[in-house]
Amino acid sequence: MSLDKKTVARIAHLARIKVPEEDLEPLAGELNNILGFIEQLNEVDTDGVDPLASVVEMNMRQREDAVTDGGYPDRVLANGPETAMGFYTVPKVVE
Amino acid sequence: MANLIKGNTGDWEVVIGLEVHAQVSSKAKLFSGAATAFGAGPNEQVSLVDAAMPGMLPVINKECVRQAVRTGLAMGCAINLKSVFARKNYFYADLPQGYQISQYELPVVGEGEITIDLEDGESKQVGIERLHLEQDAGKSIHDQDPTKSYIDLNRSGVALMEIVSKPDMRSADEAAAYVTKLRSILRYIGACDGNMAEGSMRADVNISVRRPGEPLGTRAELKNINSIRFIRQAVDYEVKRQIMLIEDGGEVVQETRLFDSIKGETRSMRSKEDAHDYRYFPDPDLLPLVIESAFVEEMKGTLPELPDTKKDRFISDFGLSAYDAGVLVSERETASYYEAVAAKADPKLAANWVISELFGRLNKAGKDITDSPVSPENLGNLLSLISDNTISGKIAKEVFNEMFETGKDAKDIVEEKGLKQITDTGAIEAIVDGIIANSPGQVEQYRSGKTGLIGWFVGQVMKETQGKANPGVVNQLLKSKLEG
Repeated sequence: MSLDKKTVARIAHLARIKVPEEDLEPLAGELNNILGFIEQLNEVDTDGVDPLASVVEMNMRQREDAVTDGGYPDRVLANGPETAMGFYTVPKVVE
Repeated sequence: MANLIKGNTGDWEVVIGLEVHAQVSSKAKLFSGAATAFGAGPNEQVSLVDAAMPGMLPVINKECVRQAVRTGLAMGCAINLKSVFARKNYFYADLPQGYQISQYELPVVGEGEITIDLEDGESKQVGIERLHLEQDAGKSIHDQDPTKSYIDLNRSGVALMEIVSKPDMRSADEAAAYVTKLRSILRYIGACDGNMAEGSMRADVNISVRRPGEPLGTRAELKNINSIRFIRQAVDYEVKRQIMLIEDGGEVVQETRLFDSIKGETRSMRSKEDAHDYRYFPDPDLLPLVIESAFVEEMKGTLPELPDTKKDRFISDFGLSAYDAGVLVSERETASYYEAVAAKADPKLAANWVISELFGRLNKAGKDITDSPVSPENLGNLLSLISDNTISGKIAKEVFNEMFETGKDAKDIVEEKGLKQITDTGAIEAIVDGIIANSPGQVEQYRSGKTGLIGWFVGQVMKETQGKANPGVVNQLLKSKLEG
């Protein structure tokens, strides 16, 4: 598997990361190195082996249905660059 | 074949599949302990998990798993003992994680089937493809500021069940009947309150058209429709749009469209176009969800009698028509009210009274059946007064009105107002004789063939007895005397 410049630009756009045009080519090279490294795993025969969900042998813990959290809008908004009237505010996004 | 739409160049068949998002009735969110109640102030029901603060870990809410499994069972679906949560990646202002935790390849509930009831009394099977659990996103408010959108994360992380149908529906009516039935099932089992106005249930509608017998056409997806009436309107509009487009030589583009309920039209949501690359992958924060078959069995035991079974029972035990039975079972509260009335009175009479008199009064008063001023026992008592000839059906309506206003007992009202029917033939006969003696003109007309005048005579008797004479006895006496 190999990424071209166009694919890298698309991935960057999907993640809303601004990548200058001149950086796309070098970034594609770096990502391809990582993919190449991971592709070595394809040499291992994994037929009939379930995907590993965790290295710990346990099932997912489930919580009781009780309200135990929330009620602190100030803490939630504390890191927001801009807030107003208890809301986060962001540049207008309208359909 | 039914349900074909006539175009200018021939017949078209409509193909509809629905994705319904139903909010799970749980106190806390799917993966956090923040509250889900409707109407709180902005960002008051948000935990640091819901706000996607770094290092926060999701822990699943047991109740949401329970309700998903119960809903699956109520739709006759296969339950997957092992299911996996995946991240659905997209960028949006009200999605702080940058992904929605959902289920992709392995949903908790697999295939099943529900029966929908159509208006002509027919029913039809609609296949269920799957049900999976996922998080809701936050809410954006656009009308507070000319350049900003306001973000409230209270809904962020609320548990939704996405219920995906097979593309089995062929008309707006069928789509509406499907959502109606789904809502009824969800409310019966208490998995979702079904409140569409508050957003507890919304539907994405996939629509395509094709020539009968041909392969499926390209579909458009109408997003987030929140009432059954709007689903009908949106389908009707979109079907016409697609047929006109194709007949004019155009092509339907696979896209997401928005239904504008004010203009009654659908339009393209171009901004969502590149959002379709969701890059799903298993969420590394969550282990697979493993449930035991014993748990599934236990959940089966918690299901109440479902609307279809109840409908069949009402038809066979009470002799109701399919239509009446369908109306009575659509809400669990209505069905139990009816059953309580039917326990005390003739079941068919009870069905008529609940559907026409009671529903009518409740509608006028803007009340739910659960806060009806007339208890089912009391209505049952009133109906047995009709059946044992204590009062006539007409008088019963008067008594019912008073019961509705005052909450009094039927018997007490009848006693107080002296409304008991006169069945004593002698007493009625005296009145009948009097009227015949005083109306020689009418008697002559009747005897010369204007037998329609019998209604006038009955009216006179009723007037004199304030409606309390037994109508059967009055008719019989009048006929024999006028003709004799």
